[in-house]
Parts: sequence; C-alpha cells; structure tokens
Amino acid sequence: MKDVAVIGVGMTKFGELWTKSIKDIFVEAALKAIEDARVDHIDSMYVGCMSSGLFVGQEHLGAVMADYLGVSPIPSTRVESACASGGMAFRQAYFEVASGNSEIVLAGGVEKMTDGADVTEALATAADQDYEVYQGVTFPGLYAMIANAHMYQYKTTRKQLAAVPVKNHKNGFNNPNAQFRSEISIDKVLSSTLVADPIRLLDCSPVSDGGAAVILCSLDIAKKFTKHPIIIKASTQASDTIALHSRKSLTTLNSVSKAAEKAYKIAGITPKQIDFAEVHDCFSIAEIVVSEDLGFFEKGGGGPAAEQGLTALEGGQIPINTSGGLKSKGHPVGATGIAQVIECYEQLTGQAGKRQVKNAKIGMTQNMGGSGASCVINILEAL
Amino acid sequence: MISPKYFREIPQRYRLEAGKCKKCGQVYFPPRLICPECKAQEFENIRLNPEGKLLTYTIIRVGSDIFSLQTPFAVGIIELKDGVRLTAQIADVDLDKIKIGMSLKLVFRKIQDEGASGLHCYGYKAIVI
Repeated sequence: MKDVAVIGVGMTKFGELWTKSIKDIFVEAALKAIEDARVDHIDSMYVGCMSSGLFVGQEHLGAVMADYLGVSPIPSTRVESACASGGMAFRQAYFEVASGNSEIVLAGGVEKMTDGADVTEALATAADQDYEVYQGVTFPGLYAMIANAHMYQYKTTRKQLAAVPVKNHKNGFNNPNAQFRSEISIDKVLSSTLVADPIRLLDCSPVSDGGAAVILCSLDIAKKFTKHPIIIKASTQASDTIALHSRKSLTTLNSVSKAAEKAYKIAGITPKQIDFAEVHDCFSIAEIVVSEDLGFFEKGGGGPAAEQGLTALEGGQIPINTSGGLKSKGHPVGATGIAQVIECYEQLTGQAGKRQVKNAKIGMTQNMGGSGASCVINILEAL
Repeated sequence: MISPKYFREIPQRYRLEAGKCKKCGQVYFPPRLICPECKAQEFENIRLNPEGKLLTYTIIRVGSDIFSLQTPFAVGIIELKDGVRLTAQIADVDLDKIKIGMSLKLVFRKIQDEGASGLHCYGYKAIVI
C-alpha cells in the first residue's frame, strides 16, 4: 500500500441554497478542489450521497456528477452509508490511490435537502424501517433515547448537553462556510422547542444543502502539486446493528470505539496524541458519547468535559469541532464526512484563521451513519 | 388488498414470533437466517412473553408526516422477559409519569395508515402494568 496525501480541498457554503441544484453544488465544490490542488486531471472519483433519490428524485449520481463535472469517461462511483456517505467515499478514494490503481482521485460528497421532501422520513431510512421507523421513531427520537439512557446511567445533565451546541456555534461563527454564524447561549438552547425529549431544537444539526470535495494522490507525487500535503495515517471503518435496541449497550457506540481502536493501532498513536477532532455531532448527545468512545474521556466523562470547556478551541484539552461541527456549519449529510477532512486540512496546513488550533500536527475525523450502525474514522497528519 | 411488505411481518407484529437459535439458544426478534453469535442456521419458532421493562424512552414531539397527527407520543426500548429488546410506542400513559425501569406489557394496536391507500397497519404497543 502506498502512502496517500490530500493535496487540495473545496467546498460550497453550507445552508439553504435555493438557487442551486444538487449538480451545481457538487460541481462547484469539485472545481474548487481541483483548482486548489492544481491538478490538470483526475483519474477517478467518488461521490458520497445519502439519499438523492428521496431528496431530489435523482439516483445514479456517479455518472451524473462525472458528466456535469466534464470528466467522463473516468470511473465515477456513488458511495452510500447514510450520514457517513462522505467519509466512506473518502475511504474508497484512499484505497484506490493506496493500491496504485489510480494516481489522482477526487473524493466528494453532496446533499440537497431543501427541495421539498419529507426530510424526517428520508433521514429515518437510515434506521431499521420495519422495526424502528414503523413504530413512529424519528432520528432525533433515537438519539433522545441514547441521551436518556446516558443521563440515567452516568448522571449526565441537560445543561452539559447544551454546552455542546454553544461551543460549536462559537467555533462556527469564525467559519465563512458555516450555515449558522451566530453565537447561542445555554439558556437559549434550554428554552428552544422540544423535538424529542430531552432533545431540543438547538441540540439538532440543521437541514442543509452543500457539497465538499478533496483531491488525493500518492505521497510520492504530492510535492509536485503543493508544499503542504497532509498524509492519511489511518482510515478505518466499522459497523453495528441497524436497530439501536439490538445493542448490548445503549450508551456506547460500538462502531465508533471499534473503528477508533483500529485507527490508533494503524497510526501507532494514542488518543492523547490527537491535537483536534472533527466529530459527528448530529445531536448534542452524539458528540458527548463519541468523545468518550474515541478515548478522549472515560465513559460518563463526556458531559462534564463539555461543560468544563475541555473540548473548546481556547484552553481545551482536545478541541472538538473547530469548524462549528454539524450543528453550526450545517449537515448536508453526504457532504459532512468530506467537510470534516477539509477542516483537518485547513488546520494542519495553518489556514484555519481565527479557528486555528495552535501547533496542530495530528487531526481526526469521525463520521457515522444512522444511530451509529456505520462509522468511518480518519487520522491525518501534517507532513 | 394487503401488501406483501405488510403481510410478511404479520407473525412478528401480531403474534410476537421470534427465532431461537437451536445451537446457542439466543433469541432473535425478528427471526434471522443466520445466528450472528454462533453462525448456526437452524431456529425454533417461539412466541415472546409480552411482558418486560423499559430501558430508555423519549417523547416524539415532531413526527414524520404519517405520525404527525399523533404527536406528542412516547416510544421506548423495552427488554422483554426472554431477553429480547425492541422499540415500541408506550400507549395510554401520562407522558410525565414514564420512568426508566417501569414494567410494561405489549398489546395489539393499530400503528399507522400506510401510503396513499391508507392501509391500516397493526402491531404492538406497550402499556403500563
């Protein structure tokens, strides 16, 4: 296997992009990435997308996007793993370069969620249709059940949950591509509308349109294109039962801990050596549970850590979601995993501006599908 | 006319039929073709004891379109006496009185109207005992 580098990135602003189609969004992000990497061609591409069929009635996205990007007849493959589709697309691109099969590969992700579909119903297809969704459960509902179990088992408080979106909005305020560039207070979170108890509106990542793309090539040729490539130290993946109720623990995401364990082993590092992480905060409780399952805090320690500012950009032990996370940056589901890699790229190449983590050398991305039935983790390092 | 998608699940939704692995004894609801624990492929068909306790729950305030007229409603994860866990609505209950650990029993109820034809779909909901 060859060492693989990321040499360029591009993304659209995340938000309600009424005037742009799913094709416009993907192509805009892909062109920015190609321009940023200064490559004159790509050999292959992957498109992460959860549900263009339900959201805009268009499947066959690999071919659609290669056509509109003007790169046919190169191979182009759509990758789907619910909200982890982007991260999985990145991992497939990584393998294609590492195997030596292709030199320069684009990994992108896109979602167009505001064209009028029943978003709650479309997102719920990532859960067990016959045995969860049939009963009326929604995605906020699934994470709400994780939250209640976590609060019961570890005495996690409602206020600790609220610390997550408050911190992520503070970070997103400095991200020009974020959907919500506004700070919020604990009181505002706690007084927002209940969606699925104890989850309130300001605990939820938003409905978003957006696209993101990165360019990968082997480390051997990366220096031809940029002085600052970042290297992929590990890219791992794990799965779990599709239904939340089938799991032995309702407060641990096994796919996250398994993928993380493997990633640390491959990269030859411990959680303490990670300088910052972009994690899948689709709901406040998700960031808390994930921060434990990645090994940053012990089980039950995620809530107090968030409240004490241990995950903050300033003075934190491990800054989490410096981009604003899914909550503030936005969560166009298929694009999210790629956008996480882009934040790592900007941090590791010193381009994160006011969000810059000092002396950032090693970053992590954690992107998951459904209630954690799939998870992909990447460890990236500045060269 | 009843839809294939619906009638396939009737043994589980109406009668709580589960598969018990003939090799390791693990019970699966719904039944599976292969046991994830021991990889055996032979199962005994059993009916679950409908009683159990609540492991976690939530009150759905914002539902998908077909459930939107029912909100707010409670759903929970219930561990039945056979050790099987499943997700069900908790019916006929004061939403403020739901507690983790409470004893519940599954009963036969209408769950939803499916699709444009409005096919009545039935199954289990939990009530407090």
